[in-house]
Amino acid sequence: MSGEVRELSYAQAIQEALAIAMERDERVFLMGEDIGVYGGAFQVTGDLVQRFGEDRVMDTPISELGGAGVAVGAALMGRRPVFEFQFSDFATLAMEQIVNQAAKMRFMLGGKASVPLVMRFPCGSGTGAAAQHSQSLEAWFAHVPGLKVVQPVTPHDAKGMLLAAIEDPDPVMFFEHKLLYKMKGPVPEGYYTEPLHEARIRRAGNDVTIAASGIMVHRALEAAQQLDEDGISAEVVDLRSLRPLDHSTLIDSVSKTTRLVCVYEGSKQLGIGAEVSAMIAESAAFDRLDAPIIRLGGADCPVPYNPELERAAVPQVADIVAAVRRMLTAKV
Amino acid sequence: MSPPVVAEPAVDIARHTQVYERLGAAALHEALRQMVLIRRFEEGAEQAYMRGLVHGTMHLSIGQEASAVGVGVNLHQDDCITSTHRGHGHCIAKGAEPKYMFAEFFGKDTGYCRGRGGSMHIADVASGNLGANGIVGGGIPIAVGAALALKQMRKPNVVVCFFGDGANNEGAFHEGLNMAAIWKLPVVFVCENNQYAMSTSMERSTAVKRVATRAAAYGMPGVTVDGNIFADVADAAFDAIERARAGGGPALLECLTYRHRGHSKSDRNRYRSKEEIDAWIARDPIGLLEQDLLHRGLIDQSHIDALHQSVELEIEAAVAFANASASPDPASLTDFVYASAQETRHVG
Repeated sequence: MSGEVRELSYAQAIQEALAIAMERDERVFLMGEDIGVYGGAFQVTGDLVQRFGEDRVMDTPISELGGAGVAVGAALMGRRPVFEFQFSDFATLAMEQIVNQAAKMRFMLGGKASVPLVMRFPCGSGTGAAAQHSQSLEAWFAHVPGLKVVQPVTPHDAKGMLLAAIEDPDPVMFFEHKLLYKMKGPVPEGYYTEPLHEARIRRAGNDVTIAASGIMVHRALEAAQQLDEDGISAEVVDLRSLRPLDHSTLIDSVSKTTRLVCVYEGSKQLGIGAEVSAMIAESAAFDRLDAPIIRLGGADCPVPYNPELERAAVPQVADIVAAVRRMLTAKV
Repeated sequence: MSPPVVAEPAVDIARHTQVYERLGAAALHEALRQMVLIRRFEEGAEQAYMRGLVHGTMHLSIGQEASAVGVGVNLHQDDCITSTHRGHGHCIAKGAEPKYMFAEFFGKDTGYCRGRGGSMHIADVASGNLGANGIVGGGIPIAVGAALALKQMRKPNVVVCFFGDGANNEGAFHEGLNMAAIWKLPVVFVCENNQYAMSTSMERSTAVKRVATRAAAYGMPGVTVDGNIFADVADAAFDAIERARAGGGPALLECLTYRHRGHSKSDRNRYRSKEEIDAWIARDPIGLLEQDLLHRGLIDQSHIDALHQSVELEIEAAVAFANASASPDPASLTDFVYASAQETRHVG
């Protein structure tokens, strides 16, 4: 059971979850490119290979499709693979196994199989890695029945949700924003889990709901702080899970605040904001709205290299502040 | 039109004798029965399709029975297989019962997949059949993962991964064989080379003449056999399977064979000549095995007749079972999407 609370980085919290999962369950093993002696491209697996050996911390060849399929096959046989993609962008090479096989296997087989695997995806922009190493593709996966898609944004959630994901009987897509890896926060020692289907209200407020996913939760909190100085009370909802999406927390929040700004890093069109906005529009909260919904998402272009352009391509704190101010001063 | 691919290596009578002696009369009779059962199952499925009982398409393996059974005869109960869209034979060779297969074809709740999968997704994980697959090459990395699991669990079992010549040009084939080799996993890759990937011939699609030669690129043995001769397949499969079981790592077995029917029900057969098809029908694997067993005195004609009769009755009963079965309740539409039902309800 969980004990002492310490400050750990997001990457350390994930590593701790992996170690605890492997200690608790001999079926759990890790696969990925350069996760062994190298320690992972972002040092998430670190020295785990020294503790658990190469059979449980397996370096794979650069074979994303094949590697993902190996994870599916092992999971079908009752093992608990945790597959690290070096960058979430590389999932494009493995979509066949994720979308056609992992997601559908249980259904296609009439419930007589399950695929208990976790795929970890370092994602997002802000590192100057340009268009093929900076994408936020989580909404793609959230479109697929059979997958679960989560995006923890604190070290505490990263550890608890990863432990829950590894124990979950279904395939869980676990998105980790690369800029969060060094972020520190309180993390209890030992084993605990966090639910994979619940949003969290990170800051309570009355005037507007800012529904955010991934790193945008932190930008929304910073924006809420600035807005507070202007006397605007913003409620920040951390979606945490995109599939399943926690409808009731969002509906309750928007019913209370009567305004919704949805902030996410992926491409704005047909993204997370489209789903959240449409869901609210279909719900009882629609009648309570005092302003049109605003979506803030990624610009309609690939992620550029130049730092100024890169910042301009995704919502920043100032964009969120400006959107909320615009919303609250607009005549309805 | 290119001539039929000639069998290689040439028929080796002495090897066949060894195979028959190793298997014994009872297993040989059961193997022949399975081949006949696969044939009659698929003919029955074809008839059911004509009568409008089958909702989707299907891919028949008529003419390829010797490779499914020649491999399957070497498998143990706890060994596993992965299969393909042309996988009815593999399923039966791994012990699937025709009545549940027909029920699946008819979309019934009693089918192997409770009517959710149809012809391309027959599976029975409990009996080691990890599933047919609608994606060409899709089962290859999955087979490698299953073999990894067996190795992790220190089981004395193997995985046989069936695929067709079309799959040997998919990336999944190359990635899967490489990983199986570097980790020395207990998996045998069985390419049923029926000469055509849908309409595209080996010659037009593949830079090497024999799929088995690609094994060299992954440091594993590669063998090509006449896939229409049961004993040739059984012999080579035994070697590869027992080698893998003993920790010797993966192998690639290529069975040269032919499908008598088209690719699927939409095939207008514009890419193969009548002469070519007739030449292969003349080498029907069931007829070849029956003749060889009769010639050697390992079976008599009355036994063969009785065996055909019993298969006939089994197919009739299976179709009747499937017809009499209920369809799934529409209210159960979203069952089985997730194993964790409580969380499923949150999905909008």
